[in-house]
Amino acid sequence: MALRMPELDADVLARRDRIIATLRAIVPGEGVIADEREMRPYETDGLTAYKQLPMVVVLPETTKQVSEVLSYCHSEGIRVVPRGAGTSLSGGALPLADGVLLGMAKFNRIREIDFENRVAVVEPGVTNLGISTAVAHAGFYYAPDPSSQIACTIGGNIAENSGGVHCLKYGMTTNNVLGCEIVLMNGHVLRLGGKHLDAGGYDLLGIVTGSEGLLGVVTEVTVRILKKAEAARALLVGFPTSEDAGQCVSRIIGAGIIPGGMEMMDKPAIHAAEEFVHAGYPLDVEALLIVELDGPQAEVDHLIARVETIANECKAVSCKISQSEEERLLFWAGRKAAFPAVGRISPDYYCMDGTIPRAKLPLVLHRMKEMERKYGLRCANVFHAGDGNLHPLILYDANRPGELEKAEEFGAEILKLCVEVGGVLTGEHGVGVEKRDLMPTMFSETDLDQQQRLKCAFDEKGLLNPGKVFPKLHRCAELGRMHISGGKLPFPDIPRF
Amino acid sequence: MGKSVTDTLKPRDAKEVEDAVRWALGNEKALEVAGSGSKRALGRPSQTDATLDLSGLSGVTLYEPEELVLSAKAGTPLCEIAKLLSERDQELGFEPVDYGPVLGRARGEGTIGGVIACNLAGPRRIKAGAARDHFLGVTAVTGRGDTIKSGGRVVKNVTGYDLCKVLAGSWGTLAVMTEVTIKVLPKCESEATVVVAGLDDARAAQAMAAAMGSSCDVSAAAHLPDHVASSFAALPKPEASTILRLEGFAPSVAHRKDQLAAAMRPFGPVTILDEASSRALWRDVREVKPFASDHAAGRPLWRISTAPMNGPAIAARITPAAQMFYDWAGGLIWVAMPFADEPNAASIRRAVADLGGHATLIRAPAAVRASVDVFEPQESGVAALSRRVKESFDPKAVLNPGRMWAGV
Repeated sequence: MALRMPELDADVLARRDRIIATLRAIVPGEGVIADEREMRPYETDGLTAYKQLPMVVVLPETTKQVSEVLSYCHSEGIRVVPRGAGTSLSGGALPLADGVLLGMAKFNRIREIDFENRVAVVEPGVTNLGISTAVAHAGFYYAPDPSSQIACTIGGNIAENSGGVHCLKYGMTTNNVLGCEIVLMNGHVLRLGGKHLDAGGYDLLGIVTGSEGLLGVVTEVTVRILKKAEAARALLVGFPTSEDAGQCVSRIIGAGIIPGGMEMMDKPAIHAAEEFVHAGYPLDVEALLIVELDGPQAEVDHLIARVETIANECKAVSCKISQSEEERLLFWAGRKAAFPAVGRISPDYYCMDGTIPRAKLPLVLHRMKEMERKYGLRCANVFHAGDGNLHPLILYDANRPGELEKAEEFGAEILKLCVEVGGVLTGEHGVGVEKRDLMPTMFSETDLDQQQRLKCAFDEKGLLNPGKVFPKLHRCAELGRMHISGGKLPFPDIPRF
Repeated sequence: MGKSVTDTLKPRDAKEVEDAVRWALGNEKALEVAGSGSKRALGRPSQTDATLDLSGLSGVTLYEPEELVLSAKAGTPLCEIAKLLSERDQELGFEPVDYGPVLGRARGEGTIGGVIACNLAGPRRIKAGAARDHFLGVTAVTGRGDTIKSGGRVVKNVTGYDLCKVLAGSWGTLAVMTEVTIKVLPKCESEATVVVAGLDDARAAQAMAAAMGSSCDVSAAAHLPDHVASSFAALPKPEASTILRLEGFAPSVAHRKDQLAAAMRPFGPVTILDEASSRALWRDVREVKPFASDHAAGRPLWRISTAPMNGPAIAARITPAAQMFYDWAGGLIWVAMPFADEPNAASIRRAVADLGGHATLIRAPAAVRASVDVFEPQESGVAALSRRVKESFDPKAVLNPGRMWAGV
């Protein structure tokens, strides 16, 4: 599919052989891949609608190699796209035809586990779940848990500021990372943060987190680890309308209860999930809520009873409480399999990711029903109900001419609606190439210019992952210019004392 | 600084803030950015031509308790926000520390913009995060005179760079915030504090690590050595006390306090404080009580953030005549030096450089703050990046120039 990317640099492509030879001198052995067949696995990420072979793939093993590769590319004006496990759902790791694809998979070691300070120091290619597994023997875990946690890497999590079903209570990546080592595009290696809390100066780590690989390449990460809760139990509650379910969510939070997870599914998603995993979901309800409470046993038992009361007051038509760990996991099995379950009932689906103020849910669901009719496509909804993060799954068939384009238009209209009701374009999947051209629905040109000026502070030549996040690329010199008007007071009315 | 009281600009709305910054740009003037001015005595003394007083930008613009979200103009007094939240049994989860008493001012003077610009956080930092972690959205005027926005009113948002993070803790050196949106949290129904008596600093660090590594969900952990214990009136006895706070629903707190007390008994004698004593004790910790008295007012005060287990090792490198106590499970050390004009900066900087973390000179006479680094000196690469970040927002250095470091 056609996607506008930065204009090809013919000069760089003409030097391809020499560039590959230089890269081989920096990363010896099999760390440089230039054969088309071997580069094929890197041509796309989790957003498979877009494919592009890179000019060359480089798989460094040390910070020194990363620094030398970036420094060389910086001096030669060669673009670089960093990549973790390639699970991005927004095309964040989509290669450039004239760029180096910098794969960080070989940075896969856990460097230190420090239970007394409750931190782990890991390389960026370690998987999200890998961190929790490495500390599980002492009863600890790493809190953010994106659905792709078995495959996605912590480096990628930093790039995307990944969330997960538990981030209402435990925060996103940015709230759980304490430090990193990062290599700037010019090859400089910096340490941000450490095992301590907060920054001594500007919160540069906070800016790097969620920057979608445009500011630097992370080569080491220090994360906070938490002690596992003593107990977790879940309620599975069915409602006759999504309004009732939404009301229940508001009442739970209004009662001062912050559940570990709170997920909602609509009827098409419930049916798809139930047919797939037989989790015992009720099929005669319009909305299903999974509420998980975790913490000390006494607290969980106390809150389960309170949530059950609230659910019944909100017209719940069914309410099951997990009586065992197996049953709790079964409640979740349907939700966790919702995406593949939808994949069974439709040849293709397009997963969206907007966030809305929770109270707008009935309105947004209603408008999406209208869009289903308008586009002639079905849509199933799963929803992180606690924090308003909506994942509509648009069902389509790529083999039918024009359906993908229709699905994309449908998706764009949903995201515009999210912004219209006070929400945002993306809650956890990132902007990437997918939502890049929608950025002006949320930000003014002035807003975007300032973001790009910040990019210039990290990468003044704009060589790191260009074509992502920003719809228009500006040169840093142009962004830096200032037009200062007047020497006279333009505001004679401001009170002066 | 050659500044007179006539040089105060008091904008009434965001547009006038933009006008003021553009005036400064056009006339090569530098502005002191202030909310209520309650933290004016903190930071490097800044050379400015006029004060941009944001106290006229006041008022809560949105509060939806069931969505856990609040927006307010930047100059809104914190006490007004706290009162409003309290009416709905909510609060700021990051429990901001109040610098008023240690800076010789009244308590409760700060504004929401100031709290965020300084990224304040109190004892609950270790569980709930700092101001940065609750800061969802912002409208601000950059040093270029541009009004920008970032973030939004929802918690889950990864649309574009997270400018809120870099504005939190930037001390007004990048942009003038005019309106902020923050996440708020339910107030805990109940609390209690487990006190372990008689531990030395190293043993206390181990006790706090054990408590934090338990399933008891400790929401604050501090160690008050015997030389400061008498400042904390709510302690059972004026002796070295390691204090561990539990918050939450009443049945949960009741259960956990027994569990935690049992886990702490191997370390030393344990007592449990009831809710009222617990609240009073942690308010004193939040206000840095031992160093807020008139008696201590002239003594340089440092705040050091480090890995919790490194706390005692850092403390051991500092002159024995200094007084100190630990918050954040040992990772935050408050240090009051013995003599008014002697911040002993070299020993603090060396200890932090060797063991990791950062130190800020929270209180010292202006002449001292002009002659030693107030904020942690940065490694050259990070310092250069910080300067480029400053230039990206404020290329002509019109906002709080030099407040953090020379040139930033």
